[in-house]
Amino acid sequence: MNNTVFSLEGKTILVTGASSGIGKATAIECSKMGANVFLSARNKERLEQTLSEMAPGNHSIITADMTHLEDVQKLAEEVSVLDGIALIAGINDKMIIKKIDDEYVSKMLSTNLSGPAMLVKSLLKGKKIAKQASIVFMSSVSAFYPSVSNAMYAASKAAVNQFAKVLALEVLPLKARVNCIQPAFVETEMIHKYSEETLSEIRSNYPLGRFARPEEIAYAVIYYMSDASQLVTGTSLVIDGGYTLR
Amino acid sequence: MTLDEFVKAFAAEFDDTPEEQFTPTTNFRELDEWGSLVALAIISMVDDEMDVQITGADLRNSKTIEDLYNVVCAK
Repeated sequence: MNNTVFSLEGKTILVTGASSGIGKATAIECSKMGANVFLSARNKERLEQTLSEMAPGNHSIITADMTHLEDVQKLAEEVSVLDGIALIAGINDKMIIKKIDDEYVSKMLSTNLSGPAMLVKSLLKGKKIAKQASIVFMSSVSAFYPSVSNAMYAASKAAVNQFAKVLALEVLPLKARVNCIQPAFVETEMIHKYSEETLSEIRSNYPLGRFARPEEIAYAVIYYMSDASQLVTGTSLVIDGGYTLR
Repeated sequence: MTLDEFVKAFAAEFDDTPEEQFTPTTNFRELDEWGSLVALAIISMVDDEMDVQITGADLRNSKTIEDLYNVVCAK
């Protein structure tokens, strides 16, 4: 399988949010394609769990909280020069606009937008982004497909999409590429706050009949990280089982 | 900041041009990588490191890195 244009053999990739959900699946699937992976998230034990499920390789764990600037800078210092960066750490606490407050707004924006932005800045400053590197942001269909109680998440992800496009222009001297992935519901902890009844109702609106599995999002990360997408930059790939067709 | 330090800081804003290509007499606008993006990075570097605000015109009026250093020092 690694003898394909999708191989990540010899590539060093940083995955944030690697302790659960899409980030965990991304770390595992990238390792299976031959990548050496820096796994980052807040919780060391959970990162070790991810590591135990990965294919062998030169992998390292670096704990970091994306809302703490010092952690973000330390992460950028500790990694080696990267061929790929998968910015997957993110949160989604739902709240109707009538109830939001400063603290909530800052938390959503700092985790989903400022953290990844400052990490990229620190990596650029530290010259840790290799020529022809690939940077992938985890966005969401929420960026263009609104739903009640999702305002700050939607706003943060729409901001990520535009940040990614500007970054795509600014890393052209490196011939590096920047793309986004926009999933709808994925079978991760993030959706477990809904009742099974609500989830069934939402699922019934998905034309292909189910939510994505985390590894199905990871496969798109592999595409963007691989030489198969060498000419692809500034794009966004929707993976939603046809949800936003309606 | 000394001229040598300025040359180093100037070079650090380039992603794809080796540091050894930069000397005080380098005609920076002839470098392949020179362009509006690097120009913005230089303006921002001078502001951050030296607390001096330079303009696009200052860059246009400077031929070498030393010329620019002298412009910055005169401000």
